[in-house]
Amino acid sequence: MSSEKPTMIEFKDVHKYYGDYHALRGINATIKAGEFFSLLGPSGCGKTTLLRTIAGFEGISSGVVLIDGKDVAGIRPNHRPTNMVFQSYAIFPHLTVEQNVGFGLRKDPRSKEDKARAVDEALAMVGLAGYGKRAAHALSGGQRQRVALARALILKPKVLLLDEPLSALDKKLRENMQVELIKLQRQVGITFILVTHDQEEALVMSDRIAVMFEGQIAQLDSPEALYRLPKTRAVANFIGTMNFLPAKILSEAGGIAEIEAAGLGRMALNVEKQVTGAVSPGGATVGFRPETATLLFDTQEATDRESMATVEEVVYYGDMTYYDVKLDGTAEPMRVSMRNVFGRPVLDIGTRTRVGWSPGALVLFR
Amino acid sequence: MSERQVRSRFWGSEAFSGLALISPTALYAILLLAAPLATTLLYSVFTDGYLVVIPHFQLCNYIGECRSQLADGTPSPDTYLGAWSDPITQALMLRSLNVSMLVTAMTVLLAYPVAYFVSFNVDASRKSLWLFLITIPFWTSYVIRVFMWNVMMSRTGVINSVLEGMGIISEPLQMVFTIQAMVVTLAHAYAPFAILPIFVALEKIDRSLLEAGQDLGETRFTTFLRVTLPLSMTGVIASVLIVFIPTIGDYVTPNLIGGGKIPMIANIIEKQMLKADNRPLGSAIAVSAMLVVGLISVLFLFLNRRYLKGQK
Repeated sequence: MSSEKPTMIEFKDVHKYYGDYHALRGINATIKAGEFFSLLGPSGCGKTTLLRTIAGFEGISSGVVLIDGKDVAGIRPNHRPTNMVFQSYAIFPHLTVEQNVGFGLRKDPRSKEDKARAVDEALAMVGLAGYGKRAAHALSGGQRQRVALARALILKPKVLLLDEPLSALDKKLRENMQVELIKLQRQVGITFILVTHDQEEALVMSDRIAVMFEGQIAQLDSPEALYRLPKTRAVANFIGTMNFLPAKILSEAGGIAEIEAAGLGRMALNVEKQVTGAVSPGGATVGFRPETATLLFDTQEATDRESMATVEEVVYYGDMTYYDVKLDGTAEPMRVSMRNVFGRPVLDIGTRTRVGWSPGALVLFR
Repeated sequence: MSERQVRSRFWGSEAFSGLALISPTALYAILLLAAPLATTLLYSVFTDGYLVVIPHFQLCNYIGECRSQLADGTPSPDTYLGAWSDPITQALMLRSLNVSMLVTAMTVLLAYPVAYFVSFNVDASRKSLWLFLITIPFWTSYVIRVFMWNVMMSRTGVINSVLEGMGIISEPLQMVFTIQAMVVTLAHAYAPFAILPIFVALEKIDRSLLEAGQDLGETRFTTFLRVTLPLSMTGVIASVLIVFIPTIGDYVTPNLIGGGKIPMIANIIEKQMLKADNRPLGSAIAVSAMLVVGLISVLFLFLNRRYLKGQK
């Protein structure tokens, strides 16, 4: 479905230098119209810089940025079809809420009454109906963010840029706003581009995510593909938790690799959808997510394969228990998460246990 | 609770240490500011005697005709006009207002671009150097700074010599002894006072607000008009008051640059206080000038009140 959507933004080999510092190192990506797109990465990875090149606050050193098919080089922010929600929200403190929301309507040819109605509608859309006369500096963090959203959306931009808009909010409010933003995006149908360092936020909200490290896009995929089939260990580590075990590739043919992994033994892996190519000097690695393995209690049978292990650490979370278990024949403990269903005991440290796992859940890193 | 406990509680309290901290300043302010001010107020409603002030209440120093007492205690045959009745005092008050408004306008208009430049265009690591350079004129005394302009602008001064030497003028320009010369001198002397508050106000502006302005369709210039300028108005207002209030009472510049020929209100106060030995009239003029400045300042603040509301 998403492949039918037209392209909204295209980066072609975008580079950006700050003096000697190479901030963006050859960005190539396409963002589709109506998509909720996230730029995810640790601080300093270039995600905000990339967002600001779309808004026009940063020039680029080389390459091309196309917005709706048009090269935007040299076009100032005020002439771009984009609007931004700033990390600090940038609410004008000397204006009221409605003056803030109507700030961009100065050149709008509509009548005063029509503009006032548009402001009221925008405020209602973000759940701030009736707040128009309030002084902007008297608002709470969450309200400021809604004002910033209304102020940007009232101009009906082709692209809405969000620079870590939720990072200043507390956890509960943040989770509420995530859902609200998704609903809002569906309602208005505008392309949203979100910058965030919070992998959970990106997974929850996005249609597609570009994971960035050191000025490059490490992987651009749907949330599910990113989680299930990360292309590199760095991506796997940044999104959720993954256990890694050293492995040897014994043979490979027709998308099936015969490998031997420490603690797990020999197995055949379907690597059709995974990255191919030469093995890195450090050797191959297999990874699995904590929830794809399971501790086997008493007479439980493994659905697929099983290995012996010793419990090294127990972290009890109420609904879940995280076990760090050392598989026989390995050096590092693996994390396995277990749902605390009724009647299942929490194991003690030092317990010998069987770990059930499935080759289908393993990811091979070269 | 015993009295002793109460007492020790007072000596150890924060309120006491606060009072102790401000007491030298408070004492200083009371002795050197409040007491002379109260004396001036009292003198302005007393009667002028020969080399003394007689504590006899009257309002004629402000309005109407007044008589001094002679050395033998009898009223003088000659009368003088009170501050608000005397056309000369009125004229000097108007001239002082005129000069200080011109000075204020010129200083603040010239100071704003400097403050803007230092705040927005100077590299963060060099800002303190720039501020330091701006305050360098304060290293020399105020009188010398004012007199320097006399050296620049007099008939045989630097400007006239250069222009004559280059053949641009054949006769020296008359610059000193004019109101314009006084305005230039005062504007220069008060420039740092105007630059610093505006600089502080500009520094406080969140730079993302300026980006937001452009993001919402404004050019850099219209963003300045709609965002930067209103947000820096607190600094502009402070600058206006800081320049306007002292220049109205300036007394050195009319003497050194005006050559005593263009006196302002402070010069006539000095004359009444010292040469004319009429301290009640001098006090009444001083109090009147203070009232005028106070009223204008309050009016100015009132007109700009929307910029002074609490902002985060």
